[in-house]
Amino acid sequence: MAELLIEGVAKSFGPVVALAEATLAIGDGEFVALLGPSGCGKTTLLRIVAGLEEANCGQVLIGGRDVSALPPRARGLAMVFQNYAVFPHMTVGENVAFGLAMARAPAARIAKQVARAASLMQIETLLGRYPAQLSGGQRQRVAVARALAVEPAVLLMDEPLSNLDALLRLEMRAELKAVLREAGTTTLYVTHDQTEAMGLADRVAVMHEGRIVQIAAPSDVYRRPASVFVGGFVGNPPMNFLRVAAVSGEVRLGALRLSAPMEEGGLLLGIRPEQLAVVETGGFLFRVAVAEPLGTHLLLTGETGGQRMRAVVPPDATVVAGAELLLAFDPAAIRWMDAASGRAIGAA
Amino acid sequence: MRRLRGSAFAAGVAMLAAWTLLPIYLVAIGGFGGPDAVYRWPKSFWPENLSLDTFRRFVAIGGIWQATEQSVKVALITVVLSLALGVPAGYALARLRFRGATTYRLVILLTRAFPVGILALPLAVSFARFGLYDTALGVALVHTALALPFAVLVTASLFVGIPRELEEAAWVFGCTGPGAFRRIILPLALPGIAATAVFSFVLSWNEVFAAAVLTLRHRTLTAFLLTVLSESPLHIQLAGGFMLIVPSVLFIFLVRRYLFAMWGIASR
Repeated sequence: MAELLIEGVAKSFGPVVALAEATLAIGDGEFVALLGPSGCGKTTLLRIVAGLEEANCGQVLIGGRDVSALPPRARGLAMVFQNYAVFPHMTVGENVAFGLAMARAPAARIAKQVARAASLMQIETLLGRYPAQLSGGQRQRVAVARALAVEPAVLLMDEPLSNLDALLRLEMRAELKAVLREAGTTTLYVTHDQTEAMGLADRVAVMHEGRIVQIAAPSDVYRRPASVFVGGFVGNPPMNFLRVAAVSGEVRLGALRLSAPMEEGGLLLGIRPEQLAVVETGGFLFRVAVAEPLGTHLLLTGETGGQRMRAVVPPDATVVAGAELLLAFDPAAIRWMDAASGRAIGAA
Repeated sequence: MRRLRGSAFAAGVAMLAAWTLLPIYLVAIGGFGGPDAVYRWPKSFWPENLSLDTFRRFVAIGGIWQATEQSVKVALITVVLSLALGVPAGYALARLRFRGATTYRLVILLTRAFPVGILALPLAVSFARFGLYDTALGVALVHTALALPFAVLVTASLFVGIPRELEEAAWVFGCTGPGAFRRIILPLALPGIAATAVFSFVLSWNEVFAAAVLTLRHRTLTAFLLTVLSESPLHIQLAGGFMLIVPSVLFIFLVRRYLFAMWGIASR
């Protein structure tokens, strides 16, 4: 267990910039998720931390020690791979013991650690089997147990749940969170699935085009996205962004009068679909194009003033396509964005 | 429709099997049947009057055991050399990105485009100069050159079939580069490597041209039989042919399971 420090790490593959620049500090025992769409550089960053990829510049420090020049085996970390990478010619027990055996740990310690990791991941009964005899979910458990058994300073996970089916993923997610909390291991977790990142992590680092664009607690990333990209990527359905114009420090939206963060000029008004409420009077006009009943809520897609918008309303509302509604929201829920740069205005 | 396809498939299999097995069968009944079976006309398809007489006479030919020993020696050296060179080359082709990898792959195949006949004579001259002429090592070197393209490309496809993450996991969990190769890659590739070894062995065992040109007194079995049998009656020739075929067929038959395993890995 140790803190992990990533300082100014960058990586290009020939002319392709995979990672423009990344700086990230992860505290001892903290769980940080790297979240972003495919090709944003999150896996490259993880592989650089692991030592599987060499950075063009920057440093990686684990527990205050610069490991940038060290091979993977000397960095004191463990990794869970997307396709599990469980050794097929070894039993589950041998797999879990692999790291300790490589480190020439005494047999008694290996036995103790393997038993502990196996019980954490509930694979005690599988120790004598070969990976070919296991299901995908069981292999995933073996991969996590193998990583936990070495008691790593830092645990790296590369989309560990993405190969599981939806139900199993949900189950494993909750279980992983409990296990990792108990183990108290510093964890860097790569995922493109925002629910996974939000549900598991203490902090989420959102990546876009080779950069970390926001690092914050899941609720902060959700409520106070740092850019249009983050607002659109995190949250399902994504945040609405309306192009509006400020006149004398005020933005008018239907009957709503909102105080703008600037005197004059164009800007973007960001509002979460679930912050919108149907009102009798006041508010602004919203034309429903599609209504999707999703059980827990009703998802409305439509437009307001010629701009596309989504709203989430209670499931018992009777709304049909073509209906016109008046919507309103709490001004405190607005996230103002600069129209040119797409970055949040005001607070960080 | 499906039944039609099924029977067409069966017919194809039968034809291929006949194509391979019929000559072996005819060689066998010629060898076991003695001179009567060989020279009688019309020929009987069914074996009659089988005896080991011909084989006894064949085995008694002077120098035949020496030649067999020489063949095994050459084949074993060929196996060792083609694995020692082919496995690392295959690994490099599969795992490393380097300039000219595609060209390299092509050039490997190109070595098979040179007819041994053209190479054999200049080789004989150079080998005489290096002291390799008429030695097991000399013949094995040529056989290695013939077996190497196969060894490189087959092992490369084996290594490609082993997920890179397995190796990376080994590195992360404490292995050095060579350690990961020995502990993870090699055990997984072993069936395919064994099959490659057998192929190299059989190739060397069957090769006759280079062996005949490059040896004089220490001939391999094929080269030895080529000279001896050309002056022997037909049934002895057939017996000799049968003795040559059997080990190859047997070897391939023994490793067939590994061949399937190998292709299974490569196509996964």
